[in-house]
Amino acid sequence: MSWFTKTFSSSIGRKIVMSITGLFLCSFLVVHLIGNLQLFNNDGGQAFNVYSHFMGHNPVIRVMEFVLLAGFVFHIWDAVALTRRNKAARPIAYAVNHPEQNSNWSSRNMGLLGTVILVFLIIHLYNFFLPTKTGGLDKVMIDGVMVDNLYIRVAESFKIWWYVVLYVISMIALAYHLMHGFQSAFQTLGLNHKKYTPAIKGFGYAFSIIVCLGFAAMPLYFFLFK
Amino acid sequence: MAGNNPNLKPMNLTLRVWRQKNNHDAGKLETYKAENISPEMSFLEMLDVVNENLAHTGVDPIAFDHDCREGICGMCSLFINGRPHGPETGTTTCQLHMRKFKDGDTITIEPWRAQPFPVHKDLSVDRSAFDRIIQAGGYVSVNTGGVPDANAIPIPKSIADKAFDAATCIACGACVAACKNASAMLFVSAKVSQLAMLPQGKVERKTRVENMLAQMDKEGFGACTNIGSCAAECPVGISLENIAMLNREFIAAKATSDNV
Repeated sequence: MSWFTKTFSSSIGRKIVMSITGLFLCSFLVVHLIGNLQLFNNDGGQAFNVYSHFMGHNPVIRVMEFVLLAGFVFHIWDAVALTRRNKAARPIAYAVNHPEQNSNWSSRNMGLLGTVILVFLIIHLYNFFLPTKTGGLDKVMIDGVMVDNLYIRVAESFKIWWYVVLYVISMIALAYHLMHGFQSAFQTLGLNHKKYTPAIKGFGYAFSIIVCLGFAAMPLYFFLFK
Repeated sequence: MAGNNPNLKPMNLTLRVWRQKNNHDAGKLETYKAENISPEMSFLEMLDVVNENLAHTGVDPIAFDHDCREGICGMCSLFINGRPHGPETGTTTCQLHMRKFKDGDTITIEPWRAQPFPVHKDLSVDRSAFDRIIQAGGYVSVNTGGVPDANAIPIPKSIADKAFDAATCIACGACVAACKNASAMLFVSAKVSQLAMLPQGKVERKTRVENMLAQMDKEGFGACTNIGSCAAECPVGISLENIAMLNREFIAAKATSDNV
């Protein structure tokens, strides 16, 4: 094996991939959240449809779609590889174990939380992303251009109660995933110092809660007020 | 008078102890009575008393690791009621006293559970995986010659203190036992950062971290998920900052070492 494959198949090498892809996916969350704030515009979805048309046709964004896909693939791939290694490292479980006395629940259940997020992601893409690629959406004319009326699909979906419940639960899972994951990424990259680690932890908690509240607010807004 | 002090009243306990003849045996939990136990006894002394009684009744005594019984050698282990070295933080099992338990308690005692720590017998596990990690690079090559003056190599106090804190690791394996992933990262990080901080360790710095981590992976320890249970259970208080330093050392070595 070359030094490169040795590095990235080692346990720390895989964790470095986990941390960098994780932070990259965090940056995606920010962009996605800010863009989706257009849903709160009281204009019958015009601003949101213009925005989603832009996201679907801008060449830079189209390239970033594949970078984002790669980010998810590497994050999930290494998570599976590491989890298999970690499970194999303790084949016999303790009869009595009290991990709650020495660690947080979310930090011990990143795989479970990640799986919830993955299931959500698949449903989410199937419902909103896939139809924009297969032409399964109604069209609407905005400023002389025919664009997909993704807003109507969103508004209709968020009127279904179980869909709203699924979104809210998934965002709670995401919040807990990020609460551990955000600060953990910096530790993995070797960034732990009394000067800035408290700030990273504080920012990580605030980030997790604000981003997930923002996303959860969208289905709740449509379900309750539209 | 001991008899008048309610805190020194002898205790009766029920023990659930992992019994396993050897590494090929499946093993199971057996229940024993520990009677007339003084609260002043250490946990290991309590097991000595139980073993004495077992020997008299013809039962094979419970095998467990121990050596100095002063909390400095790292030989004692035991997963007691779901925690390595028992319920008290910052202590080894030999320094855990029976007054931390209540009369009538049931105590479950298991060996460290990790694939790289096979059970020798009962509660005694083979921790030679740690030795092999040290052999892979946890040393400083000796420059034979005259003995240097004590202060000939200047080391700032702050760095000496940090290196010493890392050097206090007694390699007991509680970090591995506590970790959900049976990861040895806290142990390896203490050994790597101790040497990386000192001038004597600089020569082999990059190769050391690469070789020790390769050996750690080869032994089959899990990967770190930054849960922090290791540092919380460490009897000598090795901090997670050492793991961050290990990660830094790894990244720097992989980027700049000559080992292709």
